[in-house]
Amino acid sequence: MLAKRIIPCLDIRDGKTVKGINFENVIDVGDPVELGAKYASDGADELVYLDITATLEGRKLFADLVRRISEHLNIPFTVGGGIDRVEDADLLLSAGADKVSINSSAVRDPGLVDRIAGGFGKQFVVVAIDAQWKDDRWTVFINGGRIPTNRDLFSWAREVQDRGAGEILFTSMNHDGTRSGYACEALRELSQQLTIPVIASGGAGSKEHFVEVFEYGLADAALAASIFHYNEIPVPELKDYLKKANITIR
Amino acid sequence: MKVAIIKYNAGNIRSVDHALKRVGVEALITDDHETILAADRVIFPGVGEAASTMAYLKERELDVLLKGLSCPVLGICLGQQLMCSWSEEGDTACIGIFDQVVRHFPTNGQKVPHMGWNSLERVNGELIPAELSGSYVYFVHSYYVPVCEDTAAECSYILPFSAAMQRDNFYATQFHPEKSGDPGELILKQFLKL
Repeated sequence: MLAKRIIPCLDIRDGKTVKGINFENVIDVGDPVELGAKYASDGADELVYLDITATLEGRKLFADLVRRISEHLNIPFTVGGGIDRVEDADLLLSAGADKVSINSSAVRDPGLVDRIAGGFGKQFVVVAIDAQWKDDRWTVFINGGRIPTNRDLFSWAREVQDRGAGEILFTSMNHDGTRSGYACEALRELSQQLTIPVIASGGAGSKEHFVEVFEYGLADAALAASIFHYNEIPVPELKDYLKKANITIR
Repeated sequence: MKVAIIKYNAGNIRSVDHALKRVGVEALITDDHETILAADRVIFPGVGEAASTMAYLKERELDVLLKGLSCPVLGICLGQQLMCSWSEEGDTACIGIFDQVVRHFPTNGQKVPHMGWNSLERVNGELIPAELSGSYVYFVHSYYVPVCEDTAAECSYILPFSAAMQRDNFYATQFHPEKSGDPGELILKQFLKL
């Protein structure tokens, strides 16, 4: 049976790991390669590294970092942040990344999804979507959740699927940082509407939240950051718990 | 030991190189015929699309070279698929080491690509140690090789398919040993010992 995936997410600024709380107020929580290797040996199924650097020098550091991560990590990892062109994706994939995640750049230039998928294959393209539930609809936001768009979560997800996305990483802005559980209703709807895997993000605070997101939310993978970084829920403990709850876990 | 990794227009070749380094082997990434012929082990990795990668291989006559190799050869993911005779992906004639047609997963409500960790069943042959039966390894693919006489391990997703294959000196895995944690490293080590 295909196992549900547990994915720690590491935010990177200037080559170092940080974690944003509600996309603001970041603090340093360690060396990205070291932290990644620890997660891999703990049983994490995959990792996501998001570059939140705004400068060119930071971007260069990130590409170097991706190479080092690839040298040390024996599990798959996705990288994202600042990928605006096919060339950016090419650089990171050549450095050893397994997938690239694109978010705002896909909203600004939807053809980017087609071009990266066409050039490297669908399995390389994760489209990350930040959305907020407000006034009875899920509105897609860009620029780290700062700018609302006129797009709706579900129609945007279907569009990028048709354009060649291999996976959707959906972050509920209402749930992110709250530790009150994932947006299971929206995830369930999303998973039922799509034919590609869905990664749930935003809201993990307890082991029970992971059971909910897999069983009710129908997520294929669940991503979290702070509960792992601060070792509140160690990955091995979480996986034991999920196995006992009869979730298929590696 | 000289290990050659076939260099072509497929993705993720670098990760195979990195994985070999982790098990203590310096490999050459090359498309040079002489270098490949002189190698003790050849790895044919790849993530990508069948038609364009086959066109690239044919242009450089790497398809004929690969088929004629007598040292242990390991195809990974797209590598396994291209070692078959035909792929439904772009209706592509492939190398023809395994006499099989590569098919797209039927899309009957389940998600495609098959992406993530899945378990190895019915393990046989020399590449995958028997103790890894039931172990989880990492897959990413939309096309599969049916279970056949060359199947060396099975996996089930939508239907049972060839997770690994073997014929003479040719070995192949649909999963990515270079991304499959400790079981993957054991398999790479085993390949180097064959």
